[in-house]
Amino acid sequence: MERLTHHPAPLATCQTSYCPGCIHGVIHRLVCEVIEEMDLLQKSIIVLPVGCSTLAVDYFAFDSVQSAHGRACAVATGVKRSLPDRHVITYQGDGDYASIGAAEMVHAAARGENITTIFVNNGIYGMTGGQMAPTTLMGWKSETSPYGRNKETHGFPVRVCEMLSQLNGPAYIARTDATTIAGIRKTKAAMKKAFTAQIKGLGYSVVEVLSTCPTNWGMTPVDALKRVKEETTKYYPTGEFKVAEGLE
Amino acid sequence: MGEKILMKGAEAISEAAIRAGCRHFFGYPITPQNEAPAYMARRLPEVGGSFTQAESEVAAVNMLYGCAATGKRVITTSSSPGISLMTEGISYMAGADLPAVIVNVVRGGPGLGDIAPAQGDYFQAVKGGGHGDYHCIVVAPSTIQENVDLMKSAFDLADKYRTPTIVLSDGLLGQMMEAIELPEMTDPATLPHKDWAADGMQGKRGKNLINSFDLLPDGLEKMNIEMWKKFKNVEEDVMFEEVQMDDAEYVFVAYGTVARILKSVIKAMRANGHKVGLFRPITLWPFPSKRLAEIASRPQVKFLFDIELSFGQMIEDVKLAVSCQKEVKFYGRQGGMVPTTDELEAVTLKHIKGEPAPTGGIPWND
Repeated sequence: MERLTHHPAPLATCQTSYCPGCIHGVIHRLVCEVIEEMDLLQKSIIVLPVGCSTLAVDYFAFDSVQSAHGRACAVATGVKRSLPDRHVITYQGDGDYASIGAAEMVHAAARGENITTIFVNNGIYGMTGGQMAPTTLMGWKSETSPYGRNKETHGFPVRVCEMLSQLNGPAYIARTDATTIAGIRKTKAAMKKAFTAQIKGLGYSVVEVLSTCPTNWGMTPVDALKRVKEETTKYYPTGEFKVAEGLE
Repeated sequence: MGEKILMKGAEAISEAAIRAGCRHFFGYPITPQNEAPAYMARRLPEVGGSFTQAESEVAAVNMLYGCAATGKRVITTSSSPGISLMTEGISYMAGADLPAVIVNVVRGGPGLGDIAPAQGDYFQAVKGGGHGDYHCIVVAPSTIQENVDLMKSAFDLADKYRTPTIVLSDGLLGQMMEAIELPEMTDPATLPHKDWAADGMQGKRGKNLINSFDLLPDGLEKMNIEMWKKFKNVEEDVMFEEVQMDDAEYVFVAYGTVARILKSVIKAMRANGHKVGLFRPITLWPFPSKRLAEIASRPQVKFLFDIELSFGQMIEDVKLAVSCQKEVKFYGRQGGMVPTTDELEAVTLKHIKGEPAPTGGIPWND
């Protein structure tokens, strides 16, 4: 009988410390499946952020570099400029990438730095206990927007893919959601394209993956998935925003 | 050693770094060190290296972190406000045991300050600077030739202790030109391989992790202890220079630019029969405390005289070393002002005669 699933070698075998219902585990696995299928394990180096996925220092079974909050794209730039033939990935949340790391995000993209970012957007700071993120939707309540995000006090959520699409440097920009079976499949396909862009030396690539945070949203995992479908994807439409020539 | 050539301090530092086997530079423009990145941008492509102008010092130091994580020799040059921005990254490098060389061409501060030579960043460089319990190795050149010679030491010490090394220079040493001799080129391929580096497993080994993080206090304490263990024998790498110290009764203690000026003061004062000498720390961390304590204990030494381009920062380490054996006097200039030889000679003579002497810029003492 054909075995349809197995544990991808790039994924460590330990248990994660993520909250019940967290989707990081799914996204980690997708990254690892793609690395394995594209035979990139022995040349991959992943740069980890500050946030929930700092915990991933233990979850990838290949070379990993933990970085300061927001600086993963700069650290990855240093890695890639030192070793241009290695496969360099950053894995960042929305607070890390789009708030404190906004400068590093924009300039790595503008330089067309030949690295790939997996950007996990759940619209909230998870590790620190549920504060408002640059991606928190209007009206959403958080620890630091207890009356709901409003334009007078907090301004508007940032659409990263649309913003980076204005630059010449990126070769591939896509937004997917990892909250449905179809979305998970599309996420994996987008990761493959992003990695291909890097392998072909076409420039910067980023896959924004819409995700949940049941703990800090104060929801059951099932309700959190519904929220992404009903609210998140309305403001953050999924799809490809930039596909360089040479990437079919 | 080759022929003597005339070179500006910032450029000499850059060429010396390349000759020490460094092929990667990340930085951001700031005066008075802009000649260094300009030189590197021109020169590194010639030797197969990479030059990257970052979007900020914050990004630059983290690029340095990433490059160091792969095991390569890497350098940045900056000046005081830029180093402040880099300090978070330096703490991360110390925490993750990453070697790199950071040159601070110190200028007047605090805040935007000016672009003239100063020594107000001693505390920042020597006492850690960023968050957490760590030290960087700190070396302080006082001539352009020493800018060159200390560059190899800086990289070697960084690699030996797996920690950032700071070259504490200043605006004068960055901008001045002097005749120098450059060392032979080091081929980076001949440098020892770093088996801890996150350079991709390449089918040769298991995972390498570059990390300064452990959520569990007992785990982090172990990491902290491992980090400090490597400094157990750091004293063996102490460097200092002594000038006319054998019979000195009055001992100047100064580093960098001030020490250089004092060499002329000593010449003039010795000609008039005053037995002055100079103790110049070259490593500021580790500080040459043992030697300084021994000097202070000599019967003929009447006082030590610490002179800095600040309100007095190194003097704290000098006093700790001297341990009240002798009086430690102080004179300082600030804001980018550099004392003249006449000025320092006059103050020293007052101290020798036991007259009230200015401490330089401190109104409640002058």
